[in-house]
Amino acid sequence: MGIWVDSTIIFIVLTNFMLLASSRLAALVRGVALQGFTLGALLLLTHSDNLTYRVWLLVVAAVGIKGIAFPMFLKRTLNNINVHREVEPYIGYSLSILIGIAGLLLSLWIGSRLPLPGPIVSTLAIPVAFSTMLTGFFLIISRKNALTQVIGYLAAENGIFVFGVTAVHSSSIWVELGILLDVLVAVFVMGIAIHHINKEFESTDVDRFSSLKD
Amino acid sequence: MYLLVTAIVTLGIGGMAALLANRSPRLSSAIGTSGAVLGSALGLVSAVTCLYSGGTAPLELSWEVPFGSFSLGMDALSAFFLLPVFGLSALAAVYGNEYMRAYHGRKSLGPHWFFFNLLIAGMALVVTARNGVLFLIAWEVMSLAPFFLVTFDDDKESVRSAGWTYLVAAHLGSLPLLVLFIMLGQTSGSLDFSSFGAAAQAAPGAAGILFMLAVVGFGTKAGFLPLHVWLPEAHPAAPSHVSAVMSGVVIKMGIYGILRTLTFIGPPPQWWGITLIGIGLASGAVGILFAIAQHDLKRMLAYSSVENIGIITTGLGIGLLGRSLDQPVLAALGFGGAIFHVLNHAMFKGLLFMGAGSVLHSTGTVNINRLGGLHKKMPKTSAYFLIGAAAVCGLPPFNGFASEFLIYLAGITGGTTLPAGGAVTAWCVVVGLAAVGGLAALCFAQAFGAVFLGEPRGSLADKAHEPGPMMLVPMALLAGGCALSGLLAPMILFKMPSALSAASGIAKETVASGLATAFDSLTFIVLVSAALITVASLLALLRRRLLEGRTVGEAGTWDCGYAAPTTRMQYTASSFTQPITALMSQVLRIKTRTTAPSGLFPAGASFETATPGGTREYIYKPVFNGVASALSRFKWLQHGRIHLYVMYIAITLIALLVWKL
Amino acid sequence: MDAEALIHIGIALLLAPLFLGVVNRTKAVFAGRQGRPLLQAYFDLAKLLRKGAVYSRTTTWVFRAGPVIGLSAVLMSLTLLPFGGQGALISFKGDFVLFAYLLGLARFSTVMAAMDVGSSFEGMGASREVTFSALAEPVLFLCFLALARHTGVFSFSEMLPAISYSTWTHAGPALVLVASALFLVTLAENSRIPIDDPNTHLELTMIHEVMVLDHGGPDFAFIQYGSALKLWAFSALVVGTLLPIGGIDLPTGVVLSTAGTFILAVMVGAVESTMARLRLLRVPQYMAGAAAFAVFALVIAL
Repeated sequence: MGIWVDSTIIFIVLTNFMLLASSRLAALVRGVALQGFTLGALLLLTHSDNLTYRVWLLVVAAVGIKGIAFPMFLKRTLNNINVHREVEPYIGYSLSILIGIAGLLLSLWIGSRLPLPGPIVSTLAIPVAFSTMLTGFFLIISRKNALTQVIGYLAAENGIFVFGVTAVHSSSIWVELGILLDVLVAVFVMGIAIHHINKEFESTDVDRFSSLKD
Repeated sequence: MYLLVTAIVTLGIGGMAALLANRSPRLSSAIGTSGAVLGSALGLVSAVTCLYSGGTAPLELSWEVPFGSFSLGMDALSAFFLLPVFGLSALAAVYGNEYMRAYHGRKSLGPHWFFFNLLIAGMALVVTARNGVLFLIAWEVMSLAPFFLVTFDDDKESVRSAGWTYLVAAHLGSLPLLVLFIMLGQTSGSLDFSSFGAAAQAAPGAAGILFMLAVVGFGTKAGFLPLHVWLPEAHPAAPSHVSAVMSGVVIKMGIYGILRTLTFIGPPPQWWGITLIGIGLASGAVGILFAIAQHDLKRMLAYSSVENIGIITTGLGIGLLGRSLDQPVLAALGFGGAIFHVLNHAMFKGLLFMGAGSVLHSTGTVNINRLGGLHKKMPKTSAYFLIGAAAVCGLPPFNGFASEFLIYLAGITGGTTLPAGGAVTAWCVVVGLAAVGGLAALCFAQAFGAVFLGEPRGSLADKAHEPGPMMLVPMALLAGGCALSGLLAPMILFKMPSALSAASGIAKETVASGLATAFDSLTFIVLVSAALITVASLLALLRRRLLEGRTVGEAGTWDCGYAAPTTRMQYTASSFTQPITALMSQVLRIKTRTTAPSGLFPAGASFETATPGGTREYIYKPVFNGVASALSRFKWLQHGRIHLYVMYIAITLIALLVWKL
Repeated sequence: MDAEALIHIGIALLLAPLFLGVVNRTKAVFAGRQGRPLLQAYFDLAKLLRKGAVYSRTTTWVFRAGPVIGLSAVLMSLTLLPFGGQGALISFKGDFVLFAYLLGLARFSTVMAAMDVGSSFEGMGASREVTFSALAEPVLFLCFLALARHTGVFSFSEMLPAISYSTWTHAGPALVLVASALFLVTLAENSRIPIDDPNTHLELTMIHEVMVLDHGGPDFAFIQYGSALKLWAFSALVVGTLLPIGGIDLPTGVVLSTAGTFILAVMVGAVESTMARLRLLRVPQYMAGAAAFAVFALVIAL
C-alpha cells in the first residue's frame, strides 16, 4: 500500500513541473485536471482501510470539481478569449523549472523540521504538499496572463488538499469539503471576472492592469 | 431571556426577508417594518418584565470562538437601555415605511430595511452581551449598519463624504475599545464580564488608563466634544427615521459602554468625575452654540444631540464624583438624572427628527431660512414639533425638565454640602446647565418660529402638506410620551433604583434613600405642572367669556405703514440669532460671503453664512492632511502589479515559516 | 402649605400694579412732572379687559395661547416665593430651579407668540429678549447657589425666611452682594432701564415692548398683569434676601416686607431716572458685572 501512495505523490510532483514548463494554456488546463484525478486516487489510497460514504463523497467531489468541472469551465473561458499561449512571462521557462527544483528542496527541508500531530501515510506527503503550494504561488507571481494566475490558484489549493488528506484524520473530511466550496466560488468569480476584463480591455495581460493604480 | 433572543431572531428574519423581497419595494418595506415592529415589541416586553421582576437569568450558548462565549445577560441597567432601543426603533420603522415611499422605484429598499433591522438587533446585543468578544462583534455590527443606512442617498456628494467621515470615526473609536478589552482580559484571564469586576480591583494605576480608553472609545460613539465631528455630518445625511434612531439611541450606546466599564473598574478617584463633568459641560456649551449658528434644521438637531449628550455626561460626572466622595445622595441624583435623560432625549430627539423629516418630505428642503408659515399647512406636525422643542429646552411640565432637575439637584446638593473643591465643581455644573438651557431655549425658539410660524419665506413652503397617518402616529405617540414622562416622573424615578445601583455600584437601598428627596421634589413639580395647566385653562375660559359679546376681528400684521411689505421682511433665523452669534464669534468663526448693495437704487445683493465645525476645521483637518502628506512619500510601494503583491505575501509567509522552524 | 402663604399671593395679586404706579411716580418726581395717578395701571387693566380683540391673519393658536401660558406660568412661580418671613404656598428642595424655569416657560410662550406674527419688529424684540435672558439665567442661578451655600438649605422657603440678624452678622457682605446681583438681574429680566426702556415706542430700541406689539384687548391685559407680577416676584426675592426678618411674627413680617418692596420700587424708579439706556452691545458686560457680584458672594462662602 505504501508504495502506491508514494507513487501517487511523486506523480503529483511531476504534474507540478508540467505546469511550470508549459506555455500553452490548453496544456496548463490539462495539467490541473490531471492533478484533480490524482488527488481523487490519493484519497482512495490513503483511506483504503475504511472506505465510508464520506470518503466516497469527497472522492467524487474532488474528481468532479477539480478534475472535470473546473477544467471544463476554464476551457470554455479559454475559447472565449482569444489567447492560446502565454507570451513572455516575467520569468522564463527554464528558470521556472530551476526555481521549481529549489522549491522542492526547500519543501523537503521544511517538511523535516515541521512538528506534526499524528501519523502520516508517507514521509513525502508534507514536502510535496508544500511544493505544490509553492508552484501555485509561483505561477501567480511569474505569469502575465490572468488565466494562468487562476490555474496557479487552483494548484495552490491542490497542495492544501494534499496536506489535508495525508496529515489530518477524523473530521478533516468536512474541512476539505468546506475548502472545496470556497474554491468553487472563487473560480467561478474569477472566470467571470476574466471574461469581463477581456471584454472591457480586450486583453488579459496583467501588466496592463497597473495602469489602474492610484 | 429567551424572549429577547426571539426578538433578535425576529429582527434578523425580518431583515433577510426584506432583502429577498427586494423586487417589490412595497412588499420589502412592509416586511422590513413589520419585522422591526414585531421584534421590538417582543424585546420591549422582555425588558419591561425584567425591570418589574428585578433581573433575569443569564443565557449561555456554546460558541467556538477563542475567548468568546455567547453569553447574554439582562440586568436592570441593560433593561433600562433596551427601552429606548426597542421603543424608538419600532416607531421609527413605522415612520420610515411611509417616508421611504418617495423612493419606490428609484432605489432598492430591501438592503435598507435589512440594515435597519440589523442595527436594532446589533444594539440589543451590545446592551445584553456579557462577553468581550461578543460585545465587540455586536459593536462592529452596530457601527457598520448605520454606514449603509446613512449612505442611502448616495448620489449626492455630501452624503457620500458624510458616510465616509462616519466610517472613519467609528473605526478610530473602536480601536481604544479593542485595547480596553485586551487589557481587561489580561488582568482577569478571560473575556467574560463576570470575571472582569473582581480582577480589575487589582491594579489601581491601570484603572485610570482603562477609564480614559473607555472615555475615548465610547465617547467617539457618544459624541463627546473633541470627538464629535462625525455627528453633524452623518446625522443630517441619513434619511430622517434613521437620523432619529441614530441620534436617539445609537449614541446612547456610548453612554451604556461607559456605564458598563465603570462597573468593571472599581471605585473611582475624584478626577474621573471631574473629567466627565468637564467634557460634559464643554460638549453642552459648544454643541448648543453651533446648533444656534446652523440654518439646516437637521444639522441643528445633530448639534443639539451633542449638547444633550453633554448634559447626560455632566450628570454621570457628578454621580461619579459623589461616588468617589462617598456621598450616596449625590451619586444617586447624578446617575439618576443622566439615565433618565437618556430615555427622555431618545423621545424628544426622535420626535424632533421625525418632524424635520416631515418638513423635508413635503417641501424638499430643511433650510430654515427658506421655510416659514408651515403651521397652517401642517398643523399637527407643528404641534408635535412644538412639544418636542419645549421638551428639549427643559421647560416644565415636560420630561426634559424632570431629568435636568435631578442633575440640578445633584449640583445644588454638592454645592451646598461639599467642601471647597467639590463645591466649585458642583457650582460649575449648575451654572453650566443654566447657560446651556438658556441657549437651548434660544435655539429652539428660533427653529420652531422660523420654520412653522409667520409667513412662508419662499415658494417652497407652498408644497407643504400634512404627512399621512403612518408618519403622524409615531410623532403623536412620542409627543404624548414626552408629556406623560414629565407628569409621571416620580413613578419613573421609583423604578430606577435597581438600574442605578447596577450602574453606580451602590447598594439599592442607599440609592433609594438618596432619591427620596428628589422623589418629593418631583411630586411637587408634577403638582405645580398640573396646577399650571388648570390655571391656563381657566384663563383661556375667562378670555373666551370676556370676548363673547365683543367684536373679534382679523387684520394684517401691523407693518408700520410700509406700502408693500413682503414675507422676506420677516426676521429670519440667522437674524434672530445674530446677537448671540456676534457675541460668540470667536468660538463660532462663521464664514460670511457678501455682496453689498451699491448705488442709489440698489438692485441686488447677497449674503451667505456657513459654520463649519471648529474642531473639524482647525484640529482634525490639519492633522489628517499632515498625515496624508507624510505618507504620500510611500506611494512608490503601490505600483498596481498584482503578481508582485502576491510575491510579497508569499515571501513573507515563507520567511515566517522558516524563522519559526 | 399653610393658609398664611395665601396672604402673600393675595398681596401680590392685589398690589403688583401699584408697584408699577410707584415706579412711575418716582420717575415723574425726578423729572419734575405731576406724573400719572398711582392707580393708573389698574385703570389700564380694566380698560383693556373691556375691549374686543383683533388678531392678525398670519397668526395661529400659538399667538392666542401665548399670553395665557405666560400669565399662568408667572402665577405659579408666585406660589413658590416666600414673603414676610413665612414659607411659600409650595416649597420643596430645589424649588428655585422650578421658579427659574417657569419664568423661562413664560418667556418661551411670549417669544413664540411674537414669532407667530411674522413681522420683523416682533422678531427683533424676541431675538434680543432670548439673548439677554440666556445671559441672565446663569447669573440668577449663581445668586441662588450663593444663598444656598450661606444658609445651608436649598428651598426658597427655608432660605429666605431663615435670614435673621445672626445671618447678617456672619454673612452680611455676601447677602449684600447677592442682593445687588439680584437687583441687576431684576432690571434686566423686567425690561427696565438700563437694559430696555419701558416707555419708548421706537421699534429699534424696544425689547420687551416690541414683542407684544400685536396683542390687544384682554390678551394685552394678561401680558401687562403678568409683567407686573413678574416684577413683584423679583422684588420679593431681593427684599427677602436683604430683610433680616427671620422668626418675626406674621403681621409685622408682612408689613415690613411690603414696605421693603415699595422702597425697592422707589429705587427702581430712581435708577431709571438717573441712568440712560445702555447700548445693546454693552449688555453682556452688564451681565458679566452682575455675575462677578454673585461669584464673589459664592467665593466668600468657601
